[in-house]
Amino acid sequence: MSDLLSLSLADVTAKLKAREVSATELAETALQAAEASQPALNAFCAFDRDLTMTMAKASDAKLAKGEGGLLEGAPLAIKDLFAVKGVETTASSNILKGFKPRYESTVTEKMWAEGGVFLAKTAMDEFAMGSSNKTACTGHVVSPWRAEGSNKGLTPGGSSGGSAAAVSADLCFGATGTDTGGSIRQPAAFTGTVGAKGTYGRCSRWGAVAFASSLDHPGPIAKTVKDSAILMQAMAGHDPKESTSLPLDVPDFVAACGRSVKGLKIGVAKEYRVDGMPEEIDALWQQGIDWLKAAGCEIVDVTLPHTKYALPTYYIINPAEASSNLARYDGMRFGQRVEGADLTDTYEKTRGQGFGAEVQRRILMGTYVLSAGYYDAYYLKALKVRRRILEDFENAFEKVDAILTPSTPSAAFALDAQFTDPIQMYLNDVFTVTANIAGIPAMSVPAGLDASGLPLGLQVITKALDEETMFAVGAALEDSAGFTAKPNKWW
Amino acid sequence: MTDHSYRLPGATGDWELVLGLEVHAQVMSESKLFSGAATAYGAPPNTQVSLVDAAMPGMLPVINAHCVEQAIRTGLGLNAKINTYSRFDRKNYFYPDLPQGYQISQFQYPIVGEGEIECERDDGSIFTVRIERLHLEQDAGKSIHDLDPNATYVDLNRSGVALMEIVSKPDIRSPADAAAYVKTLRSIVRYLGTCGGDMEKGQLRADVNVSVCKPGAYEKFRETGDFKHLGTRCEIKNVNSMRFIVQAIEYEARRQIDIIEDGGTINQETRLFDAGKGVTRSMRSKEEAHDYRYFPDPDLLPLEVPQSRIDEIRADLPELPAEKRKRFVEVLGLTEYDASVLASDKDRADYFETAAKGRDAKLTSNWVNNELFGRLNKEGLDITESPVSAEQLGELVALIESDVISGKIAKDVFEILWDKGGSPAKIVEDRGLKQVTDTGAIEAVIDQLIAENPDQAEQVKEKPKAMGWFVGQVMKAMQGKANPQAVNEILKKKLGV
Repeated sequence: MSDLLSLSLADVTAKLKAREVSATELAETALQAAEASQPALNAFCAFDRDLTMTMAKASDAKLAKGEGGLLEGAPLAIKDLFAVKGVETTASSNILKGFKPRYESTVTEKMWAEGGVFLAKTAMDEFAMGSSNKTACTGHVVSPWRAEGSNKGLTPGGSSGGSAAAVSADLCFGATGTDTGGSIRQPAAFTGTVGAKGTYGRCSRWGAVAFASSLDHPGPIAKTVKDSAILMQAMAGHDPKESTSLPLDVPDFVAACGRSVKGLKIGVAKEYRVDGMPEEIDALWQQGIDWLKAAGCEIVDVTLPHTKYALPTYYIINPAEASSNLARYDGMRFGQRVEGADLTDTYEKTRGQGFGAEVQRRILMGTYVLSAGYYDAYYLKALKVRRRILEDFENAFEKVDAILTPSTPSAAFALDAQFTDPIQMYLNDVFTVTANIAGIPAMSVPAGLDASGLPLGLQVITKALDEETMFAVGAALEDSAGFTAKPNKWW
Repeated sequence: MTDHSYRLPGATGDWELVLGLEVHAQVMSESKLFSGAATAYGAPPNTQVSLVDAAMPGMLPVINAHCVEQAIRTGLGLNAKINTYSRFDRKNYFYPDLPQGYQISQFQYPIVGEGEIECERDDGSIFTVRIERLHLEQDAGKSIHDLDPNATYVDLNRSGVALMEIVSKPDIRSPADAAAYVKTLRSIVRYLGTCGGDMEKGQLRADVNVSVCKPGAYEKFRETGDFKHLGTRCEIKNVNSMRFIVQAIEYEARRQIDIIEDGGTINQETRLFDAGKGVTRSMRSKEEAHDYRYFPDPDLLPLEVPQSRIDEIRADLPELPAEKRKRFVEVLGLTEYDASVLASDKDRADYFETAAKGRDAKLTSNWVNNELFGRLNKEGLDITESPVSAEQLGELVALIESDVISGKIAKDVFEILWDKGGSPAKIVEDRGLKQVTDTGAIEAVIDQLIAENPDQAEQVKEKPKAMGWFVGQVMKAMQGKANPQAVNEILKKKLGV
């Protein structure tokens, strides 16, 4: 049975449809595997066996009648940022301990409507702030990958690290993530999985704990490009409950995966050749260029001159919005409250003990950049640069259909790597933040292994609303790369 | 023209006031500004709270288009510029009755820009107040401190209710004018149906900015626009009745004058009016001053309203009090005073216009303004609670107009209507109150009176005023039902006046 878990989402749903396996058997198998992995990987933070089995049974009933949606019967993991009705949802933060929402996020509701089966909640960097998954209140998630000849624990990346680890270790058939600066694509790159985010507003943010509203993009982490397209197909769509949701029909992402890329113009921007980038990243990038050339694409040099301002811009807008979004966690209506001597003391104790160090750091930074006298110098300037970065992309997309970059500046780092300076951690996002700032589609596709046998990813960026080209180019890269590596099961 | 300038004497001479008001008007709307929760007043605590109002994780605001239109309607009623582009910002601060930890408001780009309204004093004189802006924002919840000595309870029913903050320029110069301005605003929003205007229910609340200056300084400010000519202002928060507005300003002005004359300086600060003691006191010190960290709310798109929609709303506006007052004078021939009493309140105006339909407007206005309002005031009733309906009063006026009853009898009929209700015509009929216009019958009574009182009749020839005695006697004899005009005419003829 456990072989079934290594199937792709597309393949397993075909088997379910053909009644070669029942959704209940599959759910039971996945649950057992997921539970068994916990002591080693710690990818999950909440299970609800009753819910899983109820959903699986409902899927079987549908499948028996020859009915069922895109995801019918497939166990899927949900990043702990998404509200799942009745299941503890904490954004991996102590401040939300015990919070069981009485509502379902739009994204998960759409997935369940397509027959997806809830497997478990996945751990993440607290409030999605981080790239290592070390700040989850349930303890850090360990990557299923290990460097050759080493048993040292590696980070699965973050913030959607639990989701990436779960997909990579074949514990589910796909997972939701959220990407605010690279939180889907970086862990996907680190774990040899596919991570995608659509245009800002394509997947609803309603019911997902807000981090930095103008940058937050829900999206899937999947085993294959096609699986990611299937998942995004299910997750996307206009949501009248969100004002920034795109009021547009969802294109056929799955069909786009089969599109020819012949004749597409692929942009390569010199600004993504950063100082100190390992040679093997550069080599992989060149390999990707060659693959696409061989597939009939034309490679075009483009310039994205404001790229160097992307990280500082991101680290102003992001904490500014976060500092305001996290103000509601005051211990008054939900989550954990620490009583103090008076109201102010209660606020201080609740927030001081409920939020971890990185969250507190972002709140402080955000409060600072929005303060009277600093607003113009930081926040307002950041908004102006944001406009410039968007214009860079708009100009580039006048000439090209997609842009190819590395996903990350390195492979996964060790869990015990010491970042004495938080800026070092922030640098992980150097290739990914620009697509969040511009709100445009981007995905990471596994493309090779580094010298120590760890996965590396390539990133495809396209213009707003053109997820289809992203999936087409992603699928072409996947075909050429023939990436089949899996972590050796040690857990 | 009466001098409306307001001065307060001080040890160093006279002082003048400069006042600007920020009025929070609750938008008349079934649901809240960014959620579908109901807004009805007086519901049990926390029964009108959506997930958005309670700021549950992951909840997002969606603008209520009706509230936007109400704000536009109000802006048009204030003769103000409507901005086709406006934006919502977050105003960040911590308070238990503010679940989001921020209030969604419009800071930099309000939906309504500069305007101007004509306000009316009690004596009917008019003054102009310029409007700085009107913006939409969320109301906070309510902290309840008196249920438990050790705890504060929070009621979120009001959380997220739409408010229009209407900011005036510092154009108001006396406590009475401040109250008159709020009355005018209330009248306008009630006419427009954009706010209930009930201050007791908190539908209209005022923050009053008060500063004092020496005579002449204000004129320099108006000439140059330079605030340095004015004194430092203090803002008195949440004053919730006309009377308190006047009291708070009077107290605050005197306080400021005393400080300055004692050689002190005024700190710009927010103060609270303690209605019980009639004083204002500092709300928070400078160290506790909020830095609201305004920034555009990323959960909401900028608000863009097409000019065509604004024009449609404009075309749909009802007649406003100032126009109505003018029409009452110019078309209906009412006095300025009567017109303004009637037009200042929509319910009164509606009552009057219903009653006066097809009837003599002046006569109707006399009846509404004197008999009806006099009686309502005496009983402490609002026009909407009047036991005599506009239709009934109109019918009564019609009976006077067509000489069916005299004005005097009409007052009796009014009393019956007030106490027992019914149809005026039927009351007149049933009780035989119909006026006698049969001159023969009147003549007979008069002849008899003259015959019985020859001395009095002689006297009238010398002193025509003495005829009044005969009028009274005729009326008495005819139980007041004689047509007074006919009585007068016949008497004059018979007595040779």
